[in-house]
Amino acid sequence: MTRDERALRELPAWLWLALALALAVQLAWRVQEASPSVRAADLPPAPSAAALRLASFGEPEAAARVAMLYLQAFDYGGANASPYRRLDYGRLVDWLSAILALDPRSDYPLFAAARVYAENPDPAKSRLILEFIYREFFADPDRRWASLAHAALLAKHQLRDLPLARRYAAAVQRYARSPDVPLWARQMEVFILEDMNELDAARIMLGGMLASGAIRDADEARFLRQHLEELERRLASPSKR
Amino acid sequence: MPALILGRLVLVEARRGGLAWLAAAALAAGIALSAFLTQLAITESRLLQAAVVAALLRISAVFLLAAQVVASVRREIDERRLELMLALPLSRTVQYLGRLAGFVALGAILAIVFALPLLLWAPPAAVVAWALSLAFELALVAAAALFFAMTLGQLVSALGATAGLYLLARSIGAIQAIAAGPLAEDTLVHGLARRAVDAVALLLPALDRVTRTEWLLYGTPDGRAYLSLLGGMLIYTALLAAAGIFDFARRAA
Repeated sequence: MTRDERALRELPAWLWLALALALAVQLAWRVQEASPSVRAADLPPAPSAAALRLASFGEPEAAARVAMLYLQAFDYGGANASPYRRLDYGRLVDWLSAILALDPRSDYPLFAAARVYAENPDPAKSRLILEFIYREFFADPDRRWASLAHAALLAKHQLRDLPLARRYAAAVQRYARSPDVPLWARQMEVFILEDMNELDAARIMLGGMLASGAIRDADEARFLRQHLEELERRLASPSKR
Repeated sequence: MPALILGRLVLVEARRGGLAWLAAAALAAGIALSAFLTQLAITESRLLQAAVVAALLRISAVFLLAAQVVASVRREIDERRLELMLALPLSRTVQYLGRLAGFVALGAILAIVFALPLLLWAPPAAVVAWALSLAFELALVAAAALFFAMTLGQLVSALGATAGLYLLARSIGAIQAIAAGPLAEDTLVHGLARRAVDAVALLLPALDRVTRTEWLLYGTPDGRAYLSLLGGMLIYTALLAAAGIFDFARRAA
């Protein structure tokens, strides 16, 4: 690309000055303006999944991920001692639902829900997110079990709500059928039952799992059998309960 | 083959016009964006990079090609070179198709170049499917831009019409879904509006179903469905070419 042009030195001085002045004014103007930040702003109401889909111009997968990055930026920052504490969790759930509807195969919304938003110290907000994870799990258990398994752990250790943890663990155990689901996730309900001192129920469940043939790996089956024997020993000696 | 010579001229003009530099800038912007995104993602960082960069490169390729076609044709008309060409012993159909072939070839080159960085994040088979689909999509865009540049009198109106057709075709599926959604009222007016949207959709190519990012993220499409999508693009490109030749044949020299 070439074009006929005059040498720079031939341009009049006032033109140089005007260009430099205009640039300086622009820089000064932008410096005095506050930089855009969503950290302290309130999360706006979520758009519907249909509106997001329309705005994505046929790129729902990319739009879903960009929307997650946008959502992540709210109420989060280095100076924020308790990230997401101020966030309106009702709106947050609406956002996550819309994003998940945009790309149902993405792990991002449920991962963020379980690993970031559910770890809020406010139990009411945490429960709201955990229930969202539980509801969405049933749409695709084999893909979404990991988030619900983490939700069960949070319900057990953070909320100390064992019945809630058991409900989540039971859903993973019953509905996630993929061979990718690891042993610890499938037998989580058994351990929660033990924590609830429901040893009989735990023994029956473990025996059922072994008898059903669902455990195909020999090492897994051996480990579960040992655990079953341990349970039976504890049941036989009530003092150890 | 006179048509091939015309096509080659299109490629030479694109090279001399600096299109390669613009394409390189789009690629650099895509790679820089991917590096930025990977800092922000808390999971699915590879998928995030593939999805966003693919979307950016796809729209960049479409914009670059449409602008190139419209600017090139409008310049030819404004400088009265088109009239000179019409004096040559070549049929108007050959002249039109020769130009279109050049722009289609340019689109194919852009599709290949823009698909290469996606190999960093997606399996080769998925990238090949994406690139081939983008080449067909760009052929359609080239046909649309050529048609509007020849038909409409001004550069801005030709670019605007091309962009309007493209964006509407990419969002018509979502518009139809909204019109038929469960919250839509069951009234006569709404029923008519819904049918109008469906009628508009019949006149548009299904651009929301081609060059899908999901192929890069979740696996290659079903072969038969994929071929059907490419066939749809080919049919619409042929329709635009036929409309363009029809208009060109009516044009007074």
